[in-house]
Amino acid sequence: MLKVLKAGFYTTVQDSGRFYYRNKGVPVSGVMDDMSVFKVNSLLENKVTDAVLEITMTGPTLVFEEETYMVLGGAEMSATLNNSPIQNYKVYLIEVGDVLSFGRLEKGFRSYLAVKGGFKTKEVLGSRSYYKPITKFNRLVDNDVVPFSPQKEFQPKISEIKVASFLDRSVLEVSKGPEFDLLNDRQLEEIFSKTFTVAHENNRMAYQITETITSHSISMLTSATIPGTVQLTPAGKLIVLMKDGQTTGGYPRAVQLTDKAICILAQKKGGDAISFKLV
Amino acid sequence: MNSPKINIKPFGVHSVLIEWPNEVSEHILEKILHFETFLSKEVLTEHDWELVPSYNSLLVINRTEEIDFAKISADIHSWYGQLKETAKPDRYLWRLPVTYDLEFGLDLEDVASQLNKSIEEVIALHTGATYTVYGIGFLPGFMYLGGINKELELPRRANPRPKVLKGAVGIAGKQAGIYPQESPGGWNIIGNCAVPIFDASKENPCFVSVGDKIEFYKISKAEHDLRLIEAEVGIYKPEKIKIDA
Repeated sequence: MLKVLKAGFYTTVQDSGRFYYRNKGVPVSGVMDDMSVFKVNSLLENKVTDAVLEITMTGPTLVFEEETYMVLGGAEMSATLNNSPIQNYKVYLIEVGDVLSFGRLEKGFRSYLAVKGGFKTKEVLGSRSYYKPITKFNRLVDNDVVPFSPQKEFQPKISEIKVASFLDRSVLEVSKGPEFDLLNDRQLEEIFSKTFTVAHENNRMAYQITETITSHSISMLTSATIPGTVQLTPAGKLIVLMKDGQTTGGYPRAVQLTDKAICILAQKKGGDAISFKLV
Repeated sequence: MNSPKINIKPFGVHSVLIEWPNEVSEHILEKILHFETFLSKEVLTEHDWELVPSYNSLLVINRTEEIDFAKISADIHSWYGQLKETAKPDRYLWRLPVTYDLEFGLDLEDVASQLNKSIEEVIALHTGATYTVYGIGFLPGFMYLGGINKELELPRRANPRPKVLKGAVGIAGKQAGIYPQESPGGWNIIGNCAVPIFDASKENPCFVSVGDKIEFYKISKAEHDLRLIEAEVGIYKPEKIKIDA
Protein backbone atom coordinates (compact mmCIF):
# COMPACT_ATOMS: atom_id res chain seq x y z
CA MET A 1 0.00 0.00 0.00
CA LEU A 2 0.95 3.58 -0.61
CA LYS A 3 -0.63 6.04 1.76
CA VAL A 4 -1.44 9.58 0.68
CA LEU A 5 -0.53 12.00 3.48
CA LYS A 6 -1.12 15.10 1.39
CA ALA A 7 -2.68 14.78 -2.04
CA GLY A 8 -1.04 17.72 -3.81
CA PHE A 9 -2.78 19.62 -6.60
CA TYR A 10 -4.05 16.84 -8.84
CA THR A 11 -2.77 13.29 -8.56
CA THR A 12 -4.48 10.37 -10.33
CA VAL A 13 -3.93 6.70 -11.08
CA GLN A 14 -3.45 6.18 -14.82
CA ASP A 15 -2.52 3.27 -17.06
CA SER A 16 -2.27 2.99 -20.84
CA GLY A 17 -5.98 3.74 -21.24
CA ARG A 18 -9.54 2.49 -21.45
CA PHE A 19 -10.19 1.16 -24.93
CA TYR A 20 -13.12 -0.40 -26.82
CA TYR A 21 -15.82 1.86 -25.39
CA ARG A 22 -15.27 4.90 -27.57
CA ASN A 23 -18.39 3.96 -29.56
CA LYS A 24 -20.30 4.49 -26.29
CA GLY A 25 -18.73 7.89 -25.69
CA VAL A 26 -16.08 6.80 -23.18
CA PRO A 27 -12.81 8.76 -23.45
CA VAL A 28 -9.60 6.76 -23.70
CA SER A 29 -8.00 8.39 -20.62
CA GLY A 30 -4.61 6.98 -19.57
CA VAL A 31 -1.31 8.75 -18.94
CA MET A 32 -0.94 12.11 -20.68
CA ASP A 33 2.80 11.67 -21.35
CA ASP A 34 3.29 8.14 -22.70
CA MET A 35 6.98 8.65 -23.46
CA SER A 36 7.97 9.38 -19.86
CA VAL A 37 5.80 6.55 -18.54
CA PHE A 38 7.28 4.08 -21.01
CA LYS A 39 10.69 4.79 -19.50
CA VAL A 40 9.69 4.56 -15.83
CA ASN A 41 7.84 1.29 -16.44
CA SER A 42 10.73 -0.08 -18.53
CA LEU A 43 13.29 0.55 -15.80
CA LEU A 44 11.18 -1.54 -13.41
CA GLU A 45 10.64 -4.15 -16.15
CA ASN A 46 6.91 -3.53 -15.78
CA LYS A 47 4.37 -4.03 -18.55
CA VAL A 48 3.56 -0.95 -20.62
CA THR A 49 0.00 -1.25 -19.35
CA ASP A 50 0.95 -1.10 -15.66
CA ALA A 51 -0.62 1.75 -13.72
CA VAL A 52 1.39 4.69 -12.37
CA LEU A 53 0.56 7.84 -10.44
CA GLU A 54 0.27 10.96 -12.58
CA ILE A 55 1.28 13.92 -10.44
CA THR A 56 0.32 17.36 -11.71
CA MET A 57 2.09 20.63 -10.89
CA THR A 58 2.33 20.31 -7.09
CA GLY A 59 3.31 16.92 -5.78
CA PRO A 60 1.79 14.91 -2.93
CA THR A 61 3.42 13.55 0.22
CA LEU A 62 3.31 9.77 0.18
CA VAL A 63 4.36 7.07 2.61
CA PHE A 64 5.14 3.53 1.52
CA GLU A 65 3.66 0.90 3.83
CA GLU A 66 5.26 -2.02 1.99
CA GLU A 67 8.59 -2.72 0.32
CA THR A 68 8.99 -2.14 -3.39
CA TYR A 69 11.15 -0.46 -6.01
CA MET A 70 10.17 2.87 -7.48
CA VAL A 71 11.09 5.17 -10.35
CA LEU A 72 10.10 8.77 -11.01
CA GLY A 73 9.96 10.41 -14.43
CA GLY A 74 8.42 13.22 -16.45
CA ALA A 75 8.38 16.67 -14.88
CA GLU A 76 11.15 17.69 -12.51
CA MET A 77 9.53 18.45 -9.15
CA SER A 78 12.42 18.51 -6.64
CA ALA A 79 11.44 15.12 -5.25
CA THR A 80 12.91 13.80 -2.01
CA LEU A 81 12.94 10.37 -0.40
CA ASN A 82 13.13 10.70 3.40
CA ASN A 83 14.25 14.29 2.81
CA SER A 84 17.17 13.37 0.53
CA PRO A 85 16.96 14.63 -3.06
CA ILE A 86 16.37 11.92 -5.68
CA GLN A 87 16.64 11.81 -9.46
CA ASN A 88 14.25 10.99 -12.25
CA TYR A 89 14.72 7.73 -14.17
CA LYS A 90 16.63 5.95 -11.42
CA VAL A 91 15.46 2.83 -9.54
CA TYR A 92 15.20 3.25 -5.76
CA LEU A 93 14.68 0.48 -3.23
CA ILE A 94 11.82 1.40 -0.92
CA GLU A 95 11.61 0.24 2.71
CA VAL A 96 8.50 0.25 4.86
CA GLY A 97 7.86 3.78 6.16
CA ASP A 98 9.82 5.63 3.46
CA VAL A 99 8.35 9.05 2.70
CA LEU A 100 8.30 10.49 -0.82
CA SER A 101 7.60 14.17 -1.16
CA PHE A 102 7.87 16.85 -3.80
CA GLY A 103 9.06 20.44 -3.76
CA ARG A 104 9.32 23.17 -6.35
CA LEU A 105 8.18 22.47 -9.90
CA GLU A 106 11.39 23.01 -11.89
CA LYS A 107 10.50 21.82 -15.35
CA GLY A 108 7.49 20.28 -17.07
CA PHE A 109 4.03 19.86 -15.53
CA ARG A 110 3.33 16.14 -14.94
CA SER A 111 5.52 13.77 -13.01
CA TYR A 112 5.08 9.99 -12.91
CA LEU A 113 5.62 7.54 -10.07
CA ALA A 114 5.94 3.87 -10.94
CA VAL A 115 6.37 0.97 -8.52
CA LYS A 116 7.47 -2.56 -9.37
CA GLY A 117 4.44 -4.40 -10.77
CA GLY A 118 2.33 -1.25 -11.00
CA PHE A 119 -0.47 0.07 -8.80
CA LYS A 120 -3.36 -2.33 -8.35
CA THR A 121 -6.45 -0.19 -7.91
CA LYS A 122 -9.73 -1.64 -9.18
CA GLU A 123 -10.16 -1.90 -12.95
CA VAL A 124 -13.33 -0.41 -14.39
CA LEU A 125 -14.16 -1.26 -18.01
CA GLY A 126 -10.71 -2.71 -18.50
CA SER A 127 -8.63 0.14 -17.11
CA ARG A 128 -7.46 1.62 -13.82
CA SER A 129 -7.34 5.15 -15.23
CA TYR A 130 -9.26 7.64 -13.12
CA TYR A 131 -12.09 9.31 -14.98
CA LYS A 132 -15.21 10.29 -13.11
CA PRO A 133 -17.93 8.97 -13.24
CA ILE A 134 -16.52 5.80 -14.82
CA THR A 135 -14.34 5.57 -11.73
CA LYS A 136 -15.73 6.68 -8.40
CA PHE A 137 -13.16 9.41 -7.87
CA ASN A 138 -11.45 11.86 -10.17
CA ARG A 139 -8.26 12.26 -8.12
CA LEU A 140 -6.52 11.14 -4.95
CA VAL A 141 -7.34 12.92 -1.70
CA ASP A 142 -5.64 13.00 1.69
CA ASN A 143 -5.54 9.63 3.48
CA ASP A 144 -6.32 7.56 0.37
CA VAL A 145 -4.42 4.30 0.08
CA VAL A 146 -3.22 2.99 -3.26
CA PRO A 147 -2.54 -0.76 -3.35
CA PHE A 148 0.46 -2.48 -4.97
CA SER A 149 2.05 -5.92 -4.53
CA PRO A 150 5.13 -5.71 -2.28
CA GLN A 151 8.40 -6.67 -3.98
CA LYS A 152 11.73 -7.48 -2.38
CA GLU A 153 13.44 -9.67 -4.95
CA PHE A 154 14.25 -7.52 -7.94
CA GLN A 155 17.59 -6.96 -9.60
CA PRO A 156 17.10 -4.17 -12.15
CA LYS A 157 19.06 -4.85 -15.36
CA ILE A 158 19.56 -1.12 -15.68
CA SER A 159 19.25 0.96 -12.56
CA GLU A 160 19.43 4.41 -14.12
CA ILE A 161 19.15 6.09 -17.53
CA LYS A 162 20.12 9.51 -18.77
CA VAL A 163 17.16 10.85 -20.70
CA ALA A 164 17.39 13.42 -23.45
CA SER A 165 14.68 15.61 -21.96
CA PHE A 166 11.94 16.96 -24.19
CA LEU A 167 10.55 19.18 -21.43
CA ASP A 168 12.03 22.30 -23.05
CA ARG A 169 10.64 21.57 -26.50
CA SER A 170 7.81 23.76 -27.67
CA VAL A 171 7.28 22.76 -31.31
CA LEU A 172 4.30 20.44 -31.73
CA GLU A 173 4.48 18.31 -34.85
CA VAL A 174 1.11 17.77 -36.48
CA SER A 175 -0.47 16.08 -39.48
CA LYS A 176 -3.52 17.31 -41.40
CA GLY A 177 -6.84 16.86 -39.61
CA PRO A 178 -9.95 15.70 -41.50
CA GLU A 179 -11.15 19.31 -42.13
CA PHE A 180 -7.67 20.71 -42.89
CA ASP A 181 -8.54 21.31 -46.55
CA LEU A 182 -11.55 23.45 -45.60
CA LEU A 183 -9.32 26.04 -43.92
CA ASN A 184 -8.30 29.07 -45.94
CA ASP A 185 -4.73 30.21 -46.65
CA ARG A 186 -4.91 32.89 -44.00
CA GLN A 187 -5.94 30.47 -41.26
CA LEU A 188 -3.25 28.00 -42.28
CA GLU A 189 -0.62 30.71 -42.32
CA GLU A 190 -1.69 31.79 -38.84
CA ILE A 191 -1.59 28.24 -37.45
CA PHE A 192 1.91 27.56 -38.73
CA SER A 193 3.57 30.96 -38.29
CA LYS A 194 2.29 32.17 -34.92
CA THR A 195 3.75 31.39 -31.54
CA PHE A 196 0.81 30.49 -29.31
CA THR A 197 0.32 30.54 -25.56
CA VAL A 198 -1.17 27.67 -23.56
CA ALA A 199 -4.27 29.06 -21.81
CA HIS A 200 -4.92 28.56 -18.11
CA GLU A 201 -7.94 26.52 -19.17
CA ASN A 202 -5.96 23.32 -19.58
CA ASN A 203 -6.59 19.91 -18.06
CA ARG A 204 -6.69 16.23 -18.93
CA MET A 205 -9.67 16.82 -21.25
CA ALA A 206 -8.34 19.65 -23.36
CA TYR A 207 -5.76 22.40 -23.68
CA GLN A 208 -7.16 25.72 -24.86
CA ILE A 209 -4.92 28.15 -26.71
CA THR A 210 -5.01 31.83 -25.72
CA GLU A 211 -4.58 33.48 -29.15
CA THR A 212 -7.34 33.13 -31.70
CA ILE A 213 -7.02 32.90 -35.47
CA THR A 214 -9.42 34.06 -38.20
CA SER A 215 -12.99 32.95 -37.52
CA HIS A 216 -14.93 30.67 -39.85
CA SER A 217 -18.43 29.43 -40.64
CA ILE A 218 -17.59 25.86 -41.62
CA SER A 219 -20.45 23.61 -40.59
CA MET A 220 -20.06 19.87 -40.17
CA LEU A 221 -21.85 16.93 -38.63
CA THR A 222 -20.61 15.57 -35.31
CA SER A 223 -17.80 13.10 -35.94
CA ALA A 224 -15.13 11.19 -34.04
CA THR A 225 -12.22 12.90 -32.30
CA ILE A 226 -9.08 11.37 -30.76
CA PRO A 227 -6.45 12.57 -28.29
CA GLY A 228 -4.34 15.21 -30.02
CA THR A 229 -7.12 16.49 -32.27
CA VAL A 230 -6.93 20.29 -32.63
CA GLN A 231 -10.43 21.69 -33.04
CA LEU A 232 -11.09 25.16 -34.45
CA THR A 233 -14.21 26.86 -33.08
CA PRO A 234 -16.22 29.28 -35.28
CA ALA A 235 -14.77 32.16 -33.22
CA GLY A 236 -11.24 31.09 -34.19
CA LYS A 237 -10.25 29.43 -30.92
CA LEU A 238 -7.97 26.40 -31.02
CA ILE A 239 -8.72 23.56 -28.60
CA VAL A 240 -6.40 20.58 -28.33
CA LEU A 241 -8.22 17.49 -27.09
CA MET A 242 -6.18 15.38 -24.67
CA LYS A 243 -6.56 11.93 -23.09
CA ASP A 244 -9.87 12.55 -21.27
CA GLY A 245 -11.21 14.42 -24.32
CA GLN A 246 -14.69 13.76 -25.68
CA THR A 247 -14.93 11.02 -28.31
CA THR A 248 -16.95 13.07 -30.82
CA GLY A 249 -17.15 16.74 -31.66
CA GLY A 250 -18.79 19.16 -34.05
CA TYR A 251 -15.92 21.61 -34.63
CA PRO A 252 -13.59 21.29 -37.63
CA ARG A 253 -10.58 19.12 -36.82
CA ALA A 254 -7.84 21.33 -38.21
CA VAL A 255 -4.70 19.40 -37.37
CA GLN A 256 -3.70 16.30 -35.43
CA LEU A 257 -0.81 16.16 -32.96
CA THR A 258 1.63 13.28 -33.30
CA ASP A 259 1.88 10.93 -30.30
CA LYS A 260 5.14 12.64 -29.36
CA ALA A 261 3.59 16.12 -29.61
CA ILE A 262 0.84 15.03 -27.19
CA CYS A 263 3.59 14.17 -24.66
CA ILE A 264 5.32 17.52 -25.23
CA LEU A 265 2.06 19.43 -24.73
CA ALA A 266 1.15 17.34 -21.66
CA GLN A 267 4.23 18.84 -19.96
CA LYS A 268 3.10 22.45 -20.65
CA LYS A 269 1.19 24.69 -18.28
CA GLY A 270 -0.79 27.91 -18.65
CA GLY A 271 1.42 30.69 -20.06
CA ASP A 272 3.90 28.40 -21.84
CA ALA A 273 4.69 29.04 -25.51
CA ILE A 274 4.01 26.48 -28.26
CA SER A 275 3.97 26.39 -32.03
CA PHE A 276 2.71 23.96 -34.65
CA LYS A 277 4.76 22.38 -37.44
CA LEU A 278 3.25 20.33 -40.26
CA VAL A 279 5.09 17.08 -40.97
CA MET B 1 -30.48 1.50 -53.79
CA ASN B 2 -26.84 2.09 -54.75
CA SER B 3 -24.25 2.46 -52.05
CA PRO B 4 -23.41 6.12 -51.45
CA LYS B 5 -19.80 7.05 -52.24
CA ILE B 6 -17.17 7.03 -49.52
CA ASN B 7 -14.12 9.20 -48.99
CA ILE B 8 -11.20 8.03 -46.84
CA LYS B 9 -8.85 10.35 -44.97
CA PRO B 10 -5.85 9.71 -42.73
CA PHE B 11 -6.40 10.92 -39.15
CA GLY B 12 -3.15 10.60 -37.22
CA VAL B 13 -1.05 7.47 -37.75
CA HIS B 14 -3.35 5.10 -35.87
CA SER B 15 -6.65 5.83 -37.55
CA VAL B 16 -8.48 6.56 -40.78
CA LEU B 17 -11.79 8.32 -41.18
CA ILE B 18 -14.34 7.02 -43.68
CA GLU B 19 -16.81 9.72 -44.70
CA TRP B 20 -20.17 9.45 -46.45
CA PRO B 21 -22.05 12.40 -48.03
CA ASN B 22 -22.48 15.30 -45.60
CA GLU B 23 -26.15 14.87 -44.71
CA VAL B 24 -28.28 13.53 -41.86
CA SER B 25 -29.95 10.52 -43.45
CA GLU B 26 -31.29 7.18 -42.27
CA HIS B 27 -30.09 5.58 -45.48
CA ILE B 28 -26.50 6.73 -44.95
CA LEU B 29 -26.53 5.79 -41.27
CA GLU B 30 -27.75 2.29 -42.17
CA LYS B 31 -24.91 1.93 -44.69
CA ILE B 32 -22.35 3.03 -42.10
CA LEU B 33 -23.61 0.55 -39.53
CA HIS B 34 -23.82 -2.24 -42.07
CA PHE B 35 -20.20 -1.54 -43.05
CA GLU B 36 -19.15 -1.30 -39.39
CA THR B 37 -20.63 -4.75 -38.75
CA PHE B 38 -18.89 -6.17 -41.80
CA LEU B 39 -15.52 -4.68 -40.80
CA SER B 40 -15.71 -5.84 -37.18
CA LYS B 41 -17.08 -9.31 -37.94
CA GLU B 42 -15.26 -10.20 -41.16
CA VAL B 43 -12.01 -8.33 -41.73
CA LEU B 44 -10.83 -6.21 -38.80
CA THR B 45 -11.50 -8.95 -36.30
CA GLU B 46 -8.34 -8.61 -34.22
CA HIS B 47 -8.53 -7.04 -30.81
CA ASP B 48 -6.48 -4.00 -31.84
CA TRP B 49 -9.25 -2.44 -33.94
CA GLU B 50 -11.91 -0.05 -32.74
CA LEU B 51 -14.70 1.54 -34.78
CA VAL B 52 -16.55 4.76 -33.93
CA PRO B 53 -19.62 5.56 -36.07
CA SER B 54 -21.31 8.98 -36.01
CA TYR B 55 -23.81 10.63 -38.42
CA ASN B 56 -21.92 10.42 -41.75
CA SER B 57 -18.58 8.95 -40.72
CA LEU B 58 -16.84 5.90 -39.32
CA LEU B 59 -13.49 6.15 -37.55
CA VAL B 60 -11.29 3.07 -37.87
CA ILE B 61 -8.61 2.94 -35.17
CA ASN B 62 -5.76 0.53 -34.63
CA ARG B 63 -4.67 1.17 -31.08
CA THR B 64 -1.30 -0.56 -31.23
CA GLU B 65 0.11 -0.35 -34.76
CA GLU B 66 0.57 2.43 -37.25
CA ILE B 67 -1.74 2.06 -40.22
CA ASP B 68 -0.45 1.85 -43.80
CA PHE B 69 -2.86 4.42 -45.24
CA ALA B 70 -2.49 3.49 -48.94
CA LYS B 71 -3.06 -0.17 -48.21
CA ILE B 72 -6.03 0.24 -45.92
CA SER B 73 -7.71 2.76 -48.27
CA ALA B 74 -7.51 0.26 -51.12
CA ASP B 75 -8.79 -2.49 -48.80
CA ILE B 76 -11.67 -0.37 -47.51
CA HIS B 77 -12.81 0.49 -51.04
CA SER B 78 -12.72 -3.15 -52.02
CA TRP B 79 -14.50 -4.28 -48.82
CA TYR B 80 -17.17 -1.62 -49.33
CA GLY B 81 -17.83 -3.11 -52.76
CA GLN B 82 -18.53 -6.53 -51.17
CA LEU B 83 -20.94 -5.14 -48.60
CA LYS B 84 -24.23 -6.12 -50.26
CA GLU B 85 -24.17 -9.84 -49.54
CA THR B 86 -23.21 -9.56 -45.87
CA ALA B 87 -25.25 -9.67 -42.68
CA LYS B 88 -26.76 -6.47 -41.34
CA PRO B 89 -26.45 -5.51 -37.68
CA ASP B 90 -29.26 -6.07 -35.18
CA ARG B 91 -30.93 -2.81 -34.29
CA TYR B 92 -33.34 -2.11 -31.46
CA LEU B 93 -36.05 0.31 -30.49
CA TRP B 94 -35.78 1.28 -26.82
CA ARG B 95 -38.83 2.63 -24.99
CA LEU B 96 -37.76 4.88 -22.14
CA PRO B 97 -39.97 6.17 -19.29
CA VAL B 98 -39.89 9.92 -18.63
CA THR B 99 -41.48 11.90 -15.86
CA TYR B 100 -42.54 15.33 -17.06
CA ASP B 101 -43.29 16.45 -13.50
CA LEU B 102 -42.41 20.15 -13.17
CA GLU B 103 -39.93 19.31 -10.43
CA PHE B 104 -37.80 17.75 -13.21
CA GLY B 105 -39.17 19.53 -16.29
CA LEU B 106 -37.48 22.77 -15.30
CA ASP B 107 -38.11 24.46 -18.66
CA LEU B 108 -41.38 22.78 -19.53
CA GLU B 109 -43.56 25.82 -18.76
CA ASP B 110 -41.17 28.13 -20.53
CA VAL B 111 -40.93 25.84 -23.58
CA ALA B 112 -44.73 25.61 -23.77
CA SER B 113 -45.11 29.38 -23.61
CA GLN B 114 -42.37 29.99 -26.22
CA LEU B 115 -44.06 27.55 -28.59
CA ASN B 116 -47.50 28.85 -27.76
CA LYS B 117 -48.71 25.38 -26.72
CA SER B 118 -49.97 23.73 -23.59
CA ILE B 119 -47.65 21.58 -21.50
CA GLU B 120 -49.72 18.53 -22.49
CA GLU B 121 -49.21 19.35 -26.17
CA VAL B 122 -45.43 19.63 -25.68
CA ILE B 123 -45.38 16.24 -23.92
CA ALA B 124 -47.51 14.68 -26.66
CA LEU B 125 -45.12 15.98 -29.35
CA HIS B 126 -42.09 14.70 -27.43
CA THR B 127 -43.55 11.23 -26.78
CA GLY B 128 -45.11 11.03 -30.24
CA ALA B 129 -41.83 10.83 -32.20
CA THR B 130 -39.44 7.96 -32.86
CA TYR B 131 -35.86 9.17 -32.55
CA THR B 132 -32.76 7.78 -34.24
CA VAL B 133 -29.42 7.57 -32.40
CA TYR B 134 -27.01 9.25 -34.84
CA GLY B 135 -24.07 9.28 -32.48
CA ILE B 136 -22.91 8.69 -28.90
CA GLY B 137 -20.33 11.13 -27.57
CA PHE B 138 -19.72 14.38 -25.67
CA LEU B 139 -20.17 12.37 -22.43
CA PRO B 140 -20.21 8.58 -21.90
CA GLY B 141 -23.66 7.45 -23.08
CA PHE B 142 -24.77 10.85 -24.41
CA MET B 143 -26.96 10.11 -27.44
CA TYR B 144 -27.36 12.50 -30.34
CA LEU B 145 -31.02 11.91 -31.22
CA GLY B 146 -32.47 12.98 -34.57
CA GLY B 147 -36.15 12.97 -35.44
CA ILE B 148 -37.62 15.68 -33.20
CA ASN B 149 -41.00 17.01 -34.29
CA LYS B 150 -40.48 20.33 -36.14
CA GLU B 151 -43.02 21.98 -33.87
CA LEU B 152 -40.71 21.37 -30.89
CA GLU B 153 -37.65 23.05 -32.39
CA LEU B 154 -36.43 25.97 -30.34
CA PRO B 155 -33.00 27.40 -29.47
CA ARG B 156 -30.97 26.24 -26.50
CA ARG B 157 -31.16 28.28 -23.32
CA ALA B 158 -29.50 31.70 -23.39
CA ASN B 159 -27.79 30.86 -20.10
CA PRO B 160 -26.53 27.30 -19.78
CA ARG B 161 -27.01 25.76 -16.34
CA PRO B 162 -23.82 24.94 -14.42
CA LYS B 163 -25.48 21.73 -13.24
CA VAL B 164 -28.09 19.54 -14.93
CA LEU B 165 -29.35 16.39 -13.18
CA LYS B 166 -28.40 12.90 -14.29
CA GLY B 167 -31.23 11.62 -16.50
CA ALA B 168 -32.37 15.12 -17.52
CA VAL B 169 -34.32 14.95 -20.79
CA GLY B 170 -33.50 17.88 -23.04
CA ILE B 171 -34.33 19.42 -26.40
CA ALA B 172 -32.36 22.01 -28.38
CA GLY B 173 -32.75 22.92 -32.04
CA LYS B 174 -33.14 19.76 -34.10
CA GLN B 175 -31.77 17.57 -31.32
CA ALA B 176 -33.15 15.67 -28.38
CA GLY B 177 -31.21 13.82 -25.72
CA ILE B 178 -30.71 12.67 -22.15
CA TYR B 179 -27.87 13.81 -19.89
CA PRO B 180 -26.36 10.48 -18.78
CA GLN B 181 -24.62 12.06 -15.79
CA GLU B 182 -24.74 15.30 -13.85
CA SER B 183 -23.03 17.93 -15.99
CA PRO B 184 -23.27 21.54 -17.16
CA GLY B 185 -25.92 21.87 -19.84
CA GLY B 186 -27.55 24.40 -22.15
CA TRP B 187 -30.49 22.40 -23.46
CA ASN B 188 -34.10 23.01 -22.45
CA ILE B 189 -34.91 20.46 -19.76
CA ILE B 190 -38.44 19.04 -20.01
CA GLY B 191 -38.29 15.87 -17.88
CA ASN B 192 -36.19 13.10 -16.40
CA CYS B 193 -35.53 9.49 -17.32
CA ALA B 194 -34.80 7.12 -14.43
CA VAL B 195 -33.29 4.38 -16.60
CA PRO B 196 -29.51 4.95 -16.56
CA ILE B 197 -28.26 5.27 -20.14
CA PHE B 198 -24.72 4.68 -18.94
CA ASP B 199 -23.75 2.35 -16.10
CA ALA B 200 -20.03 1.64 -15.68
CA SER B 201 -20.76 -1.34 -13.40
CA LYS B 202 -22.25 -3.31 -16.32
CA GLU B 203 -20.14 -5.31 -18.77
CA ASN B 204 -21.95 -3.46 -21.56
CA PRO B 205 -22.10 -0.04 -19.90
CA CYS B 206 -24.50 1.45 -22.46
CA PHE B 207 -27.33 -0.68 -23.82
CA VAL B 208 -27.96 1.74 -26.69
CA SER B 209 -25.85 1.62 -29.86
CA VAL B 210 -25.59 4.10 -32.71
CA GLY B 211 -28.37 3.31 -35.18
CA ASP B 212 -30.88 2.24 -32.52
CA LYS B 213 -34.21 4.03 -32.08
CA ILE B 214 -35.64 5.67 -28.99
CA GLU B 215 -39.22 6.41 -27.94
CA PHE B 216 -40.28 8.15 -24.75
CA TYR B 217 -43.43 7.47 -22.74
CA LYS B 218 -44.84 9.44 -19.87
CA ILE B 219 -44.86 8.15 -16.29
CA SER B 220 -45.88 9.80 -13.02
CA LYS B 221 -43.42 11.14 -10.48
CA ALA B 222 -44.36 8.30 -8.10
CA GLU B 223 -43.53 5.71 -10.73
CA HIS B 224 -40.33 7.58 -11.53
CA ASP B 225 -39.29 7.32 -7.87
CA LEU B 226 -39.82 3.57 -8.06
CA ARG B 227 -37.71 3.32 -11.23
CA LEU B 228 -34.95 5.28 -9.52
CA ILE B 229 -34.80 2.65 -6.79
CA GLU B 230 -34.61 -0.08 -9.44
CA ALA B 231 -31.77 1.80 -11.10
CA GLU B 232 -30.00 2.22 -7.77
CA VAL B 233 -29.95 -1.53 -7.14
CA GLY B 234 -29.23 -2.34 -10.79
CA ILE B 235 -32.41 -4.27 -11.67
CA TYR B 236 -33.79 -1.86 -14.29
CA LYS B 237 -34.69 -3.39 -17.61
CA PRO B 238 -35.37 -1.00 -20.47
CA GLU B 239 -38.08 -2.17 -22.82
CA LYS B 240 -36.64 -3.18 -26.19
CA ILE B 241 -38.10 -4.22 -29.51
CA LYS B 242 -36.01 -5.62 -32.36
CA ILE B 243 -36.24 -3.59 -35.55
CA ASP B 244 -36.65 -5.62 -38.71
CA ALA B 245 -34.10 -4.61 -41.33
